[in-house]
Amino acid sequence: MASDTHDAGGRVKDRGRHYFDDPKRWKRLIAILIVVCGVLFALDFVNFLQQRMGWWELRHPERDWEGLPSFYAVYGFLAYTAIVYTAKLLRKGVMRDEDYYDR
Amino acid sequence: MIGSLPPAAVMILGALLVPLLRGRARTGWVLLLPAASLAALLALGEGEFGQVSIFSYELTLVRIDGLSRIFGWLFHIAAFIGLIFARRGGSALEDASALVYAGAAIGAVQAGDLITLFVFWELLALSSVFLVWARGTERSYRAGIRYLIVQVGSGVVLLAGIIAHARATGSVAFGHLGTGTLGTGTLGTNLILLGIGIKAAFPLLHNWLTDAYPEATYSGAVFLSAFTTKVAVYALARGYQGEDLLIWVGVLMTMFPIFYAVIENDLRRVLGYSMINQIGFMVCGVGIGTEMAVNGAVAHAFNDVLFKGLLFMSTGALLYRTGTTKCSELGGLYKSMPKTAALCVIGAASISAFPLFSGFVSKSMVMAAALEQNLDIVWLFLLFASAGVLHHAGIKIPFYGFFGPDSGIRTKEAPTSMLIAMGMAAFLCVFNGTFPTWFLYPNLPYAVTYEPFTSAHVISQLQLLFFAVLAFVWLRLSDREPHELPSTNLDADWFYRRFGRGLALAGGGVASRLRAAIAARTVVAAGDVIGSARRYMGPSGVLGRTWPTGVSVIWVAILLLVFLLLYYATTPVTNALPPP
Repeated sequence: MASDTHDAGGRVKDRGRHYFDDPKRWKRLIAILIVVCGVLFALDFVNFLQQRMGWWELRHPERDWEGLPSFYAVYGFLAYTAIVYTAKLLRKGVMRDEDYYDR
Repeated sequence: MIGSLPPAAVMILGALLVPLLRGRARTGWVLLLPAASLAALLALGEGEFGQVSIFSYELTLVRIDGLSRIFGWLFHIAAFIGLIFARRGGSALEDASALVYAGAAIGAVQAGDLITLFVFWELLALSSVFLVWARGTERSYRAGIRYLIVQVGSGVVLLAGIIAHARATGSVAFGHLGTGTLGTGTLGTNLILLGIGIKAAFPLLHNWLTDAYPEATYSGAVFLSAFTTKVAVYALARGYQGEDLLIWVGVLMTMFPIFYAVIENDLRRVLGYSMINQIGFMVCGVGIGTEMAVNGAVAHAFNDVLFKGLLFMSTGALLYRTGTTKCSELGGLYKSMPKTAALCVIGAASISAFPLFSGFVSKSMVMAAALEQNLDIVWLFLLFASAGVLHHAGIKIPFYGFFGPDSGIRTKEAPTSMLIAMGMAAFLCVFNGTFPTWFLYPNLPYAVTYEPFTSAHVISQLQLLFFAVLAFVWLRLSDREPHELPSTNLDADWFYRRFGRGLALAGGGVASRLRAAIAARTVVAAGDVIGSARRYMGPSGVLGRTWPTGVSVIWVAILLLVFLLLYYATTPVTNALPPP
């Protein structure tokens, strides 16, 4: 039954706009993300240079290769991308219809 | 102890009353039981209780030490939160089976011997399947049957191992069983490891989990995610600490599910794959076997139950309100369920191991231990898998469930009882993540020397995660992210759901054709027999004809004649006449 709060399908009627309906909000969120990534990247780079100078260090590497500036940033970015592309490749091999096992 | 009940019995026996209670009385009773059970556990203190001797084997019903105590805490908390979550709409059947299930899990981690372990092991299977069946659909019924077969099968393998082990050693004590090196175990210890491995969802043995959990009721999946696999992790930590094989089994478990999780459409099945991935970290930690690694595995099991429970609860709330958990049908639900969405984000941040959230303080212990043992390749794999966790659990669950493109679905916020349960889990995620030294670390089996909040750890983890998020944004904006499609993805279960089924059907087909052929031949042969009988004995058959009386008289005369001839022929001639 249609009413003030519910539509004919029994769903709650939506009134007004919501936070992420405005594309600007998404853009702002992405801008914040880019700034944070930039700061982290720069921080690690400065840390690397400082280590060479021997003044102070934020991050003492356990291994030489792990101590390269922004090793984790590059690894995280590449790993994520690799996972997505591998998964898309996997999908070509294993994807079937939704009712595959019901038939 | 003897004369009083072991803690596990509190919930199992208490469950018997549940069907008699309704409404608030039932709510009060089911929430009282975990509290009473925990009180019984804490009152016992450390030690071994309830020694019984059966058939010359020494059983220890209850053993409480550092390892079993923390799992005891965990299962009580999980049962309590889950039962609060199940208040809305959960049936008495679900309440009762959840209580027995939780009790069985507590009994299993407190078992001091393998026979007691086996009993609770099977009780876990039997009680939990009702949480799948309670959904009441054809799919859930079938998935439940498959789940039950695998779970009971795991118990059978375990029992076979226990028998072989007991025959070889004469002992059924549940202590360290492994030998450390692959290929040096006995038949008994190998079978026990396999039995545990099925419940721990080892690779290729894992599909019961991704098959059954998404078909459970919205609250059933919350209980399922808490107990079975964590009992298996406990059993591995108890029996197979430092087993080399487990390091690589664990690595494999962290790796392969992340690809499946990326392309899976059902959010609860994504969480199923995510569970295998998280258990992989624990199995790997147990395999590394140092004190820090085992601490990490146990701490991660503790945290995983809370954040995975939180994620299963938020997707369960979605299911309760919208009737679906499929990415392709969801999106924009934060508009209707903002509180659930926010709590889901806390769970996602915890599993992704953001600093101040619980994954950060436990997963890293396993990884640090790997590096400490010079397992650099293992460490690189685990780091890779961490980026995978961020994808499927950190981003996919909240984004496609709550924030992604608006599906148009408008509904109500989750019921208060669900919000309370999710709130408690979220609180504990942040509490453990922010203050690990208050509760989590002091209760681990070994003394903790690990310090999670170093600038190195915080910076490296933030880099890993934020740049992975950046990759998501780039892939998403350039339309390179995999689309959410209604689909089924083939996995190892294809071998029994399709290939094995096909084989059985083909075998059945051959048998039925054979039967049909034999039947047809038999009918023909029988027809021949009946036909010839009719030919000779039927109304027109030679033997069935009616003859006139004269014919009989002639035949009798002929018979008499033959008889006379034979008589004379056989009588000696000499005797024909008497001598003169």
